[in-house]
Amino acid sequence: MQTFTMQVFRGQGRQGDFREYKVIADEGMVVLDVIHRIQATQAPDLACRWNCKAGKCGSCSAEVNGKPRLMCMTRMDTFPPGETISVAPIRTFPLIRDLVTDVSYNYVKAKQVPPLRLKPPDPDGKYRMMQEDVDRPQEFHKCIECFLCQDVCHVIRDHEELKPAFSGPRFFIKAAGLDMHPLDTQDRTEWIRSQGGIGLCNITKCCTEVCPEHIHITDNGIIPMKERMADNFDPVVWLLRKFRGGRKEPA
Amino acid sequence: MAKPEYETHEHDVIVIGAGGAGLCAAIAAAEAGVSVGLICKSLLGKAHTVMAEGGIAAAMGNVWPEDNWQVHFRDTMRGGKMLNNWRMAQLHAQEAPDRVLELERFGALFDRTKDGLISQRDFGGHRYARLAHVGDRTGLEMIRTLQYHAIHQGIDVYMECKVERLIKDGDRVTGAFGYWRNTGQFVLFKAKAVVLATGGIGKAWKITSNSWEYTGDGHSAALWAGADLIDMEFVQFHPTGMVWPPSVRGILVTESVRGDGGTLKNKDGERFMFNYIPEFFKGETADNIDEAERWYADKKNNRRTPDLLPRDEVARAINSEVKARRGSPHGGVFLDIFSRRSPDYIRKRLPSMYHQFKELANVDITKEPMEVGPTCHYVMGGVRVEADSTAATVQGLYAAGEVAGGMHGSNRLGGNSLSDLLVFGRRAGMHAALYAKNFGGQLVADSGQVESIARTMLEPFNRSGGENPYAIQADLQETMQTLVGIIRNEAELKEALKRIEVLKERAKKVRVEGGRVYNPGWHVALDLASLLTVAECSALAALERKESRGGHTRDDHPYADDEWGKLNVVLRMRDGRVWVSREPLPEMPPELKVLFQERK
Ligand SMILES: Cc1cc2nc3c(=O)[nH]c(=O)nc-3n(C[C@H](O)[C@H](O)[C@H](O)COP(=O)(O)OP(=O)(O)OC[C@H]3O[C@@H](n4cnc5c(N)ncnc54)[C@H](O)[C@@H]3O)c2cc1C
Ligand code: SF4
Ligand code: SF4
Ligand code: FES
Repeated sequence: MQTFTMQVFRGQGRQGDFREYKVIADEGMVVLDVIHRIQATQAPDLACRWNCKAGKCGSCSAEVNGKPRLMCMTRMDTFPPGETISVAPIRTFPLIRDLVTDVSYNYVKAKQVPPLRLKPPDPDGKYRMMQEDVDRPQEFHKCIECFLCQDVCHVIRDHEELKPAFSGPRFFIKAAGLDMHPLDTQDRTEWIRSQGGIGLCNITKCCTEVCPEHIHITDNGIIPMKERMADNFDPVVWLLRKFRGGRKEPA
Repeated sequence: MAKPEYETHEHDVIVIGAGGAGLCAAIAAAEAGVSVGLICKSLLGKAHTVMAEGGIAAAMGNVWPEDNWQVHFRDTMRGGKMLNNWRMAQLHAQEAPDRVLELERFGALFDRTKDGLISQRDFGGHRYARLAHVGDRTGLEMIRTLQYHAIHQGIDVYMECKVERLIKDGDRVTGAFGYWRNTGQFVLFKAKAVVLATGGIGKAWKITSNSWEYTGDGHSAALWAGADLIDMEFVQFHPTGMVWPPSVRGILVTESVRGDGGTLKNKDGERFMFNYIPEFFKGETADNIDEAERWYADKKNNRRTPDLLPRDEVARAINSEVKARRGSPHGGVFLDIFSRRSPDYIRKRLPSMYHQFKELANVDITKEPMEVGPTCHYVMGGVRVEADSTAATVQGLYAAGEVAGGMHGSNRLGGNSLSDLLVFGRRAGMHAALYAKNFGGQLVADSGQVESIARTMLEPFNRSGGENPYAIQADLQETMQTLVGIIRNEAELKEALKRIEVLKERAKKVRVEGGRVYNPGWHVALDLASLLTVAECSALAALERKESRGGHTRDDHPYADDEWGKLNVVLRMRDGRVWVSREPLPEMPPELKVLFQERK
């Protein structure tokens, strides 16, 4: 057991500041446990989001000592004794209250990604896919929608004016996952260029660095997509690729 | 006091809950051409379903061609100790394979067999490898697929919006009333039909795999609206939750660890499950290590390992080992997969378990055993529904998923929940839409009713002095954990009910600080009403059932009783109080009964 000094952001709308709480942490506690302890004993109205407490739901994103993290997967014993630990809401999205932000931008963008368009089944009515063909899109399906990648992407963070034309790394890999889906026949070229705005990404890789699921957002998602974009302006190449069936794109 | 203000939305069908069941219901209702509102307490995509790990049970026969719906039906009924609603179990077994394929058509990418079909894994109580899965993150795949399908179907989604009560016009349900968590403002939904898909009640216990959402809101709302609840005594304690460190106690360790080759051991390294094979399952369970070991490679000629007995059996066994002081250092037992499987295999099949233990417990499961113990996981009991339509006993109300009762009898088999969500979620949506289309007369939501609910909800702000809502919640969790746990008896259940009465009184004096904007103190205070209600229901039903069966074990009535095997415990609210009664189970037709006579 150890006493920690926590600086937790408290505020609403446009205003707020850090407030200090002293908390005793038991063995193995994570930042989210400490926040809950503050709620239960010192600040019952301290707002935060959480669900699974095991890194599976992506609800508890925050900036711990300035680093975007899942609170439920950040152990207190990773901090040196005596250090003051700050917990702030993710910065890029408008504050609602305390550690809770308005992430509705992401839900708007989600809806714009052109959905799966299924090809016809095999003659016996079944769909077959080989494991090696689903391995790659499966990586993108691991996304827990914590929006930490969206939080650190400078295009979203620093450029309010670009928001309508940029969907961010989360939705680049959503589209990449769909494009790599062995059964998909949808053309997302126009979306990727206009609403997706992949041209605005300058491959800083900040998104990849913070992803708690260790998805290779840039190397496996964004970069191949940028390369394909270049090709896809040639409609013949695109058509060939889409209807060749099986493995659609070169590795 | 001034009249409370609220906004109003109107839909043909509202679905309360956006987990697997709610999303399926919303999709099916939208497909039927009615207007749909989908309401959830958390953000979209964060419901419990996202946490499910192991898989979806469906007799597709991709790995074992011998598998078919009859075998799945039989396993489900036997797992539930024959207390299941037979018709629900039948529909579930028959329709699950099609629903899994539908999920695939919506875009889900399951792990594959060598022939490119959906791969299936072993799980407790299932005769054949039957669970369609994606590593150990099947629920994530399921909810994401449904969520991204749903948002293109013209469904209105109301996120971070909590339904507090159902609204009735005479005998029929005509809507729901609640608040936005973001702003604290009130909202009324008028609807011709309401589908409950709110999940479970596990937050009433201290050691639980369930999140803050599982306060039994749907169970309570249905009860308060006059609907029957059944089987509330049956609570599943999953045998394997994490036990160390204390802050992660209760977090789930998926049954896939055992499905994929993990075995349970006590502190002496003994495979103790061989000492706990009940008569009921002797015919299909290996009684010696050699046969169990052979079973991993040759399932045709060997019986399955007792490590994969149904969950109630395994949870009780672990409980007994720990009580007999043969447990692990932190009060659990050991779960070992590294002795059988290579690190690569483990990391590929169980990536999130690997991650979870590494990050949260400093344990490398490819090199050391895990420490595990029982954790409250799932409630078999719920809203009594008509099997085919999912209609509750109150007009205009439907229920699907964990909030509905009957499907799983006294104990649910792993993997049977996700399939339940797909099958009955869809049925609920279809039937609610049908009912809405035939709705006669005016859609009325009485403003007097609404305003009185709103006033009650604001009371905690106006009290001076008073109780801390978190403290009441913690005391209730402690009470349920110690007195309504895995092993129960009359004296303790009566004591629990007494304490719940005291807590109810305290809850009337609860006070919250701060304003209405995203105030978790207020949210916890409001959730106490449903949490206390489901806790009481569970204790009352447990006191009533004087036998041991599935997820209900009484040390003062330690055996299953044939007479009780024909009865459901039913709870209903009349004149402000909960009444308990015993009612006969629907009787299985002869052509299905035969399935239980043929072989052991
Ligand atoms: C860790 C874990 C692992 C599991 N693994 C498996 C598995 O491998 N296989 C399997 O078959 N089962 C598994 N289960 C069980 C299964 O996941 C759940 O039973 C199932 O997901 C419940 O689905 P649901 O749709 O009924 O409810 P949920 O997915 O819990 O959704 C409930 C919804 O209702 C909403 N809600 C609740 N109350 C209100 C209210 N008052 N107002 C508005 N909205 C409300 C919530 O916000 C949520 O959207 C697992 C469970 C856990 C906890
Ligand atoms: S790599 Fe691109 S998408 Fe990722 S953070 Fe940098 S600019 Fe944003
Ligand atoms: S890609 Fe990674 S960081 Fe981005 S939302 Fe998904 S899980 Fe979070
Ligand atoms: S609470 Fe689910 S990711 Fe942290």
